[in-house]
Formats: sequence, structure tokens, C-alpha cells
Amino acid sequence: MDFDGLLRDFPDLTTTGLEQGAIYALVALGYTLVYGVLRLINFAHSEVFMIGTVAALGTWQAMGYNQNSSVNGVGLTLLLLLVGVAAAVAASTLTAVAVERVAYRPLRRRNAPPLAFLITAIGASFVLFEAVGLFSDNLGIGGERGPFGMVRPFKPAELFSIGGWTITNTQLLTVLSAIGMLIALDLFVNRSRMGRGIRAVAQDPDTAALMGVNKDRVILLVFVLGGIMAGVAALLWNVTYAFSRFDVGFLIGLKAFSAAVLGGIGNLRGALAGGLLLGLVENYASGLFGGEWKDFTGFVVLIVLLMFRPTGLLGESLGRARA
Amino acid sequence: MRQKLARAFGGIAIAALVFGGAACQAGDDDGDDGGSGSNAACGMKIGFFGALTGDAAGLGIHMRNGTKLAIDQYNKDNADCTAEIVEYDSQGDPAKAPALATQAVSDQKVIAIIGPAFSGESEVADPIFQSGNLPTITPSATRPSLSTKGWSVFHRGVGNDESQGPAAGRYIKNVLKAEKVYVVDDQSAYGAGLADEVKKVIGTPVGEDKVQVKQTNFSAVVTKIRNSGATALFYGGYYTEAGLLLKQLKGAGWQGTMIAGDGVNDANFITVAGQQNAEGTILTCPCAPATSAKGTFVTDYKAAFDNAEPGTYADVSYDITKIVLEGLKDGKATRADMLSWIKAYNKAGAATGVTYKFEGNGELDPTQVIVWAFKVQAGKVVPDVEIPKA
Repeated sequence: MDFDGLLRDFPDLTTTGLEQGAIYALVALGYTLVYGVLRLINFAHSEVFMIGTVAALGTWQAMGYNQNSSVNGVGLTLLLLLVGVAAAVAASTLTAVAVERVAYRPLRRRNAPPLAFLITAIGASFVLFEAVGLFSDNLGIGGERGPFGMVRPFKPAELFSIGGWTITNTQLLTVLSAIGMLIALDLFVNRSRMGRGIRAVAQDPDTAALMGVNKDRVILLVFVLGGIMAGVAALLWNVTYAFSRFDVGFLIGLKAFSAAVLGGIGNLRGALAGGLLLGLVENYASGLFGGEWKDFTGFVVLIVLLMFRPTGLLGESLGRARA
Repeated sequence: MRQKLARAFGGIAIAALVFGGAACQAGDDDGDDGGSGSNAACGMKIGFFGALTGDAAGLGIHMRNGTKLAIDQYNKDNADCTAEIVEYDSQGDPAKAPALATQAVSDQKVIAIIGPAFSGESEVADPIFQSGNLPTITPSATRPSLSTKGWSVFHRGVGNDESQGPAAGRYIKNVLKAEKVYVVDDQSAYGAGLADEVKKVIGTPVGEDKVQVKQTNFSAVVTKIRNSGATALFYGGYYTEAGLLLKQLKGAGWQGTMIAGDGVNDANFITVAGQQNAEGTILTCPCAPATSAKGTFVTDYKAAFDNAEPGTYADVSYDITKIVLEGLKDGKATRADMLSWIKAYNKAGAATGVTYKFEGNGELDPTQVIVWAFKVQAGKVVPDVEIPKA
């Protein structure tokens, strides 16, 4: 147990932990939304995220920028970021909607048991990542099942330093984006008409339909929102790590889903809280016990927390009066 | 009447099958010493077992190419009695290896395996090969414990980490003269073993940590390395994680040098890390540079594989495949015969110049083991210097 190391590294572990946690949080929002409305764990969401990263890197490559390109000038950086986020969000949303249409809607029409949804979700996840893994060579983004490199829109650099705490540009961008997206989503779900529809369907789908809410459209909207969140997370991932792979979604998805449960499944603010907390716990565990205990500690914390507070940190509430 | 006709046809068909099968059997004359083409074993398969796709595919692909080159050249010279390559893509994953190993063992035409390429998959696949008495020669699995398990089918065409690890340690101490060394490994059979060997030579490192294969976020270990003041980092593992770790280290402002073993010794390391970040990295290998291989190997390799430079262990794979091919030419058509042939082999390889002679436990003759240090310079892996024995 390296307490001295933890103390010495605490500022850096915290800032980088929040950075990683912000990405978990954005992906967790997708899980929590879909679960809150449909009571379905959308396992394919991790691939929605991965396809977002691939779309952004593919677009950058089509523009002529790969891992060996250097980016000079703020204008080019902004262009790459805008194009990247547009491509990632578009691809993620399309994938999410496609999965909903092809995999889940037919099951809903036939009133399939929940287990069928679960297996279909897992199956969709496998199909998507294996497809990317097998065809990545043909698409020209990397070897079969291999790692994908990509251009860095901006170099990571320290922005400022307060006390012992240094904050880099990627960290600031990631955490602020996550908080910003959460606030936007929160406002949308709580203040807008369509958001009210979402909350209504989450509370009671049949009564909502009787009240005039178009259930199918609401469900589509939920998947679209999840896709948008995953697309933004994908871009932030690309900016932070400049790396992707066909199975990068798997571990991120698992942790993001756990973060969603940690914060309260169905609770949007809980997803942010859970994501940030998981990111921090992983880093502190690495600092204190060593890298091999990272995942173990993260999940032990999850289990212990659920034992004492089964509905998660902030409780389930998409269907309640608040989100 | 019809019944008799049916029986007659059936009898002829069965007889035809039996005679056809006998004719297709590899001609194996008893009591004849080999050497001439008429005695060679025909239609046998040599399996290549290793990572051909996935995060460590760069390493496997070069070895497969070396094997394929040897077999293709043999087939050109022996057009009437050819051998075939079978590829078993384990993705470098010990979880995927057992099923493929079982597949290889049950295919009786597979007479030898070149591989498994990685130590982790060797640990799970070799017992299966042992149970099928299928001889293996690995061009690259360097974990020392593999030769202690009593597998008679196991042979290693290179030195193991008990030579590579200490050599890397000596390089760090004597050439880099690094005072503060941080050691990280990926908890794989190969990576952890190699890191342990290095630690034996450099003494207590200024810090050590473990990461996971497939990990992408190294922020915690990057923080620890940076704040420890280490000027050198030894990484035991494969090139994708090494590249990502180095990229994140340099992004956080670390100025030191990374040293890693043969699992990172591939051009893809530079692709993942980024040319600028990889500059100056030291990579070891218990092999001489494949680009300086003897004879026509380098030109033949380039001609056969789209002008690609031969990668790490391509020349070793070529030579050890030729051991098997020479056995086939000599008429060794059964796994048992091939195993005795390999165990009795004592000749220099055409590409590496190493004399292949295997000890009782399958290890290469220790006098033949060499360890080289390579450097990443201007976006390429170039040979640096041969690390002298202690």
C-alpha cells in the first residue's frame, strides 16, 4: 500500500481520473437513458461509441491526416474537431437508430420476453465489433483486428497550474464537455415537450400512449440522444488517446454501464456522478495498490455501494418527477 | 438382379477408394535412407501458429512470411512432392489457442508446428501438442519455464529470456548508465517473466507497476513514472500497449528512454506510438537483425512480400521451417520420425547462420544464443549493437 506515492501523485491522479471518468459518464448517459425508458440494457451501446471513434478517425484520414501528420494553427485544430465531432455524432446516432430498428423494434412488436432483448443486444454488440475488426483492413484504417492510429488535433499541453495541480487542455476539454452535455441533456429532458414525453414513457408507457405520446417516436429519440452522447464521448476519446481498436468499446461499455448503475440507473445526473467516481477510484487504486488492482477495486467499490444503497448513489428517477 | 448390380458397384467403389488411398499415401520405404526425391514425404502440412490478426499481429505476420517463403521455395524445387502451410491465427490470445491446437493435432497431415509464437499461448497449446506428439519449434516464445515442463515436442529456435532479460539489464546499466529505472510489465507470461529477469540484473528499480493487455488508459502509471524521476523505463510486453504507454508518457512531458524486449520489436510500435515519441527507444531481441540475414534471404523476402523488409524472427522462422522441410525431403512422414529428426539436427541455418542443435529440454545450444539491441531512429527500427555476454 503506497500511501506516500498516492499523496505525491494525488493531484495528477485526480485530474486524469476525472478525464477518464468524464468519458465513462458520457457513455453511461446512453445506457441510463435507454434503461430508464425501456428497462433494457443496451449492450450494443459500447459499439455505438466505438463506431463513433472509427468514423471520426476515418473522416480525418479521408481529409488526409493520419498519425504522422502534424497540425499547425488553431484554425486547422478547430476544423478537425468540428469535422470529427460531426462525423462521430452522425455515425453513432445512425448506428444506435439502426440497432433499434433492426434488433429491438421487431422484438417489441412481438412482445418478446426481456431475455430475448438481452441476448439480441449482446449479439448485436458482437456483430458490430467483429465486423469492424474483420473489415478494418479493407476500409483502410488499420490491420485486421489491429490498433488504429490517428492524427492529434492538438498536442496535449499544460494549461495552467494551481498549487501542485496541473490541468492540461485535454482534461479541461473533456470534463467541461461532459458537464456541458449533461446540463444540455438535463434541460432537454426536464424542460422541453419532447423531454416530457420521455419522462412520461419512462413512468408508464401505456398511460403515456393514452395521453397522446407517440411511444415509437419517444423511443427513437432516446436512442438518438444516447447516440449523440456516445458520439461526443468518441471524439473526446480520440482527442485524449489518439487511438482506437475494434474492441475498445467492450471495456469502456462495461465500465460505463457499471458507472450508470453506481450513480443510479435511470438517473442522468447519477450517470455523471457514477462515471466521475469510477474514473477517480480506478486511478486512486492504481496509485495506492498498483495497476493490477485497478479493475478489482473499482468493482469492489461498486458492490459495496450497492449493498448499502441498492438504487445507486442518486437513486433511480427518470420516471419520477425529477431526472 | 438389381441387388447384385448394386453390390458389384459398391464393391468396385470401395476397392477404388482403398487403392486410391494407398496410392496417395506418402511413399515411405522401410529401411531406405533418404536423400532422393522419390523417398520424400508428400502432401504433408506444416502449421504456423501465432498472431496473424490483432494487437500483436505485426510480429506473427513476419514469422508466417518466413515460414511461407521456405515452403514456397521448397515447393518450387520439389514440384512433384510438395508441402503445404496451414495458418492457425490465435490472435496472440491464450484463450483462443487451445481450440486451434486441438484442430492441428487432429489433422494427421500436420507434421510439425512452427510456433506457437507467444509464450502465453505456448503454455496452453504445448500440452495439447504433446498429447498428440506433434513436434513444435517456436521462433519466438522466450519464456524460460517452457522448457522445464517436460514436453518432448517443445523446441526453441532462439535464446530465452534468461539471456534476453539480463542482456537488456546490462545494456541499461552499462550503455545507458541509467540510475533510476522504472519497470512495468503487462502481466502476460512473456512480459512478466522478462521484467523479472531484468530486475535481477539492475537491482531494485525506482518503482514498478503492472498494466493489462488491451489497456488503453495508462494515466495512473504515467503519473507514477513521471513523479518517480525515472530516466529509463523497461517495459515487458507487446508493442501496442508499449506504444500507447510511451505516447501518453511523452504527452505528459517525460523525457526518458524506454527499453523493451522482442515483443515490442516491430515497425507497428512506431505506428502506435507516433514517430516522434518512439525516437530513441531501445528494443532487444535474442536474434541478429533479420535485415542482415545471410544469403539471398532478404532479397527473396522482399520479392515475395511486396518489397517489405523482413521483420523480427522472419529469418529464424525461415531456418526452422527448413529443418522440417529437410526432414520431409528425407522421408520423415510421421510425427514420431519428424520429432527424432529435429532432435538429431545439427546444421547451420541458411539465413541466420546459427547452428541449430537442440538440447534435451528443447532449448537451443547455449553457445548459439546471441542478443542484439535495436534502436528506433528516424521512424525505423535499426540494429544498434550486439549485447556482449556477461
